[in-house]
Amino acid sequence: MGNPLQSKSWSPYLVGVGIGVLSWFTFWSADHPLGITTAFEHTAALAIQAAAPGVAETNPYFQEESPKIGWEWMLVVGVLIGSIISSMTSGDHEPITVPPLWKQRFGSSMGLRLSVAFWGAGLMMFGARLAEGCTSGHGISGSLQLAASSWVFSIIFFSVAIGTAFLMYGRTGSDV
Amino acid sequence: MFDPLWKLALGLITGIIFGILLQKGRVAKFQVIIEQFLFRDWTVVKIMGIAVVVGAVGIYALLPLDAVSLHIKPLVWLGIVAGGICFGAGMAIFGYCPGTSVAACGEGRRDAMVGVLGMLAGAGLYVVLFPQLSGLLKSWGDAGKITLPEWTGTSPWLWIGGLALVAVAAVAYSLRGRSGATHPVPGKSPRRQRST
Repeated sequence: MGNPLQSKSWSPYLVGVGIGVLSWFTFWSADHPLGITTAFEHTAALAIQAAAPGVAETNPYFQEESPKIGWEWMLVVGVLIGSIISSMTSGDHEPITVPPLWKQRFGSSMGLRLSVAFWGAGLMMFGARLAEGCTSGHGISGSLQLAASSWVFSIIFFSVAIGTAFLMYGRTGSDV
Repeated sequence: MFDPLWKLALGLITGIIFGILLQKGRVAKFQVIIEQFLFRDWTVVKIMGIAVVVGAVGIYALLPLDAVSLHIKPLVWLGIVAGGICFGAGMAIFGYCPGTSVAACGEGRRDAMVGVLGMLAGAGLYVVLFPQLSGLLKSWGDAGKITLPEWTGTSPWLWIGGLALVAVAAVAYSLRGRSGATHPVPGKSPRRQRST
């Protein structure tokens, strides 16, 4: 069998069970749901506070929230390290800029792909902060708590993502 | 500004395990995310569905023992609906979600690295607009931190049992298609059968 870390992929069911059990652990050990985007909000807030203290003083965000380097921040750093470990041990390293599916539909321009990635990711994060959660915070952690907000959010974001993907790639014939 | 050291270490270890699971689950890949939305690859739904069912069983079993407590996000209607629309469109355009884009950086994907900068910009915009947004969001109705069982006046185990049944049926259907039984699942290409 060898080292399972050397395998390029695990069964999605096994990974799903792993994330489910990991969420038991996070609720029990840190009293936190698995979530990624709060760390981004806190990082941006700390950067604004450092770069423009005047803006931070007049913005009630900084009175209502206390941005910090905390458990959730380290969780994000951990995801990066975990992925590097997993990618290195299996040799599944893909230093690409323009994914093949994108290239087939929109061409091989790096500038186009990177600017669209920047603005798409920005829009996604802005939405996540409006809703106070993302695929992890709402989609997994919120849904498993049977939170009404998370089920409404998940159904809306999945439907909109399906519609957007079909608008963007619907005319792309087959698999790449 | 900083959590205690033990809590930082705990977050880091939890994150490393989460990162390994995301990378091995192949959801740090643009192709896998986009093809889920195009109904050509069901990896994302399989992982999320099983994680939700397994997670729900554990959390609701631990709840009466006081080992865990719930952390429900409020159902602020405007925030959830507008946020869901921006998030869904942004995710399909970008091709990764927040957690998987961080994992994609670990694979060396450069578009995901630029996306991480875009996510910081999006989060910064939210912080800067917070004074205007916080009032606006609350003005459209806030149903509070409510769960589906509370909303409908039912037992959580009714919901968890229902979800578990759906998951078992879906897994059984998928495995039957893969083993090449008498009723192959339409749309399952040979390429995908090898990869799962």
